[in-house]
Amino acid sequence: MSTPRSQFLSDAQVATDNVAQRGFLRQALGGYYVSRDVQKARYRDWEQARDAAAMAKWNAVNRLDRTLTTFATKFERNGGKIHWARDSAEAREIISKICRDAGAKAIIKSKCMTTEEIHLNDALEAEGYGVVESDLGEFIQQLRKEPPFHFVFPCMHLKREAISELFTKHLGTAATDSPEELTMIARRHLRQLYVDADVGISGANFLIAETGQISITENEGNARLTCALPRVHIALAGIEKVVERLDDLAVLLPMLATAGAGQPMTCYNTLYAGPRQPGEPDGPSEFHIVLLDNKRTSLLADPEQRDALHCIRCGACLNVCPIFKNIGGFAYGTTYQGPIGSVLTPHLRGLQQWNHLSGASSLCGACTEACPVRIDLHHHLLHNRRNAVLAHVSLFDRLFHDVFGWVIGRPKLFALGGKAFRATLPLLKKLPLPYLSTWLKSRELPEAPKKSFREEWKRSQS
Amino acid sequence: METLAVMKTAQETIMARIREALRLPAAKPHLKSASIAGTPAKASRPWLPDGGETPDVRLTVLTENLTKLKTQLIRVVDMSQAAAALDELCRAKQWKRLAYHAHTDTQAIIKSVSCETWQADAEFDKQKLESCDAGLTTCEAIVAQTGSIIVSSSTNGGRSLSILPHAHVVIARVDQVMGDLADAFVFIQQRNSDHMPSMISFITGPSRTGDIERILVLGAHGPKELVLILVG
Ligand code: SF4
Repeated sequence: MSTPRSQFLSDAQVATDNVAQRGFLRQALGGYYVSRDVQKARYRDWEQARDAAAMAKWNAVNRLDRTLTTFATKFERNGGKIHWARDSAEAREIISKICRDAGAKAIIKSKCMTTEEIHLNDALEAEGYGVVESDLGEFIQQLRKEPPFHFVFPCMHLKREAISELFTKHLGTAATDSPEELTMIARRHLRQLYVDADVGISGANFLIAETGQISITENEGNARLTCALPRVHIALAGIEKVVERLDDLAVLLPMLATAGAGQPMTCYNTLYAGPRQPGEPDGPSEFHIVLLDNKRTSLLADPEQRDALHCIRCGACLNVCPIFKNIGGFAYGTTYQGPIGSVLTPHLRGLQQWNHLSGASSLCGACTEACPVRIDLHHHLLHNRRNAVLAHVSLFDRLFHDVFGWVIGRPKLFALGGKAFRATLPLLKKLPLPYLSTWLKSRELPEAPKKSFREEWKRSQS
Repeated sequence: METLAVMKTAQETIMARIREALRLPAAKPHLKSASIAGTPAKASRPWLPDGGETPDVRLTVLTENLTKLKTQLIRVVDMSQAAAALDELCRAKQWKRLAYHAHTDTQAIIKSVSCETWQADAEFDKQKLESCDAGLTTCEAIVAQTGSIIVSSSTNGGRSLSILPHAHVVIARVDQVMGDLADAFVFIQQRNSDHMPSMISFITGPSRTGDIERILVLGAHGPKELVLILVG
């Protein structure tokens, strides 16, 4: 039976062997590095701006009891309705019920990773609703029946030819190799769907305690349409999305855009306070927010890694991660890929089953350096490794370390062992030993030197 | 009744978990600076991109940013020039139907356009709005630092007018240009004090996507074109 770990190992192997795909990913990210650096250079002090962004999230998360309550109270005062969900099942049920009560037929969605986390589409489709993803990348992935490859760039692994074929198959459009024409095909296809939908489902990038507004960041305008045309708007958000003050966004919005996509600001940053107000010409008559826990509180309870809840999902840590660039997004088998996903998933889904992701890091620290809110990503991965070992040591590990520890405390014995190891190395290479044989699959082991370091040292000193 | 009871419990459970979790304090993040003085917005002001201190500098910064964002800027001195500019746009782009909302500025400049005009906020009709080539709105403010145009649902024609038609034209005055986002948030809070409009959007360039091979394409779902007519 495949476990998350064995699945990860085999998927990662397949992805790593696909040299063409790896080259394509690197090329796609090349443009991002350039524009990110151009935008970063416009900051008078990017590093200090990261301090301010980190503190904005620290303030909100470490006072979550107050900030979340204030947000909920203010939001309801503006005419919206708050729902609380302890876990995925509860969130799905709440959203289904709102759709049933609204007599919904067609549902349009804008990009929201939290809905991926709770597998909302499957649940709604099982109830017979048509659910359409409107973000271009998500729309493509929905047609392919695949999860997003990257939580900010959902279909970055696809070449235009594949997308053209997909559209021909599902939408009956003529083949084209122009990204512009492909985008226009999706635009034309989706326009009437916005107009016809009764329910719009979105996420939220920030929940603003001070004013009871939510903030949604996007480039395409699909979220704006999703929140404007249907008569019911439902937003799903993790409880950690809170910020204390409206003006915290003065630092968070530009930094999210620059770190995540190399932009000065994302195209549409929109604050929603409630349903349509008297005197306004349009907008939904109902506005619901579902606040989701789903184990976030157990991460909150770990002060060492609490800052993982500061994540603003910019995706910068994926874009710079050598592991992500080689294994891609699918191998992780998680909702959130890359370094932040490797930190979060063991908390959300169980450390023992998902601890292998803590090993999916070279600990180079590129992620930590890229993070606009200064999450200590690579140290958390290291800490997860430690925690997993503390909770459960395998017999092999224990024996190996006990024996090794005993030997290394006895210099003569150690020297003897070294000699034996060097002599038998050619043979060891061929044996199916744990770790070593996996490691050797894609690597050449160098020839063992004739003498040990200590022997060599003695010789050179004499 | 039963669902109500369950909902209440969910809220209580989550809040109890949060209070329990926060009993152990977390260390502050490792910062470059010794500490952050004041709110993050105030502290970060000198570190973020500059929006300009004087109106002239702000206009220069704004103009540069709009160009990079592919927002078309048309500078005019008065309303009659603005009207002429709009008419020319309609002709050049061959727009057949232009939607607008009731406001002295929009009404002043649509009078002379040659195409059909429709007041979208009189009786909202999303199907009809979808068929419009362009939407004309006023705005709340403009942010030089980021090149963002701020529209609200209560004063700038609702939620759809600035997003559903294929092009968006904004009529604004130079004194609406602000330095940076922090200024804009102060303005928004003062202007709306305790009652926010149901939507406030910061529009930074025409709609775009990079979802296909990370290649930039304008006009993903929202307007393909964004034009700012700046008076004064
Ligand atoms: S962990 Fe940091 S870099 Fe990674 S997605 Fe979250 S905010 Fe961005």
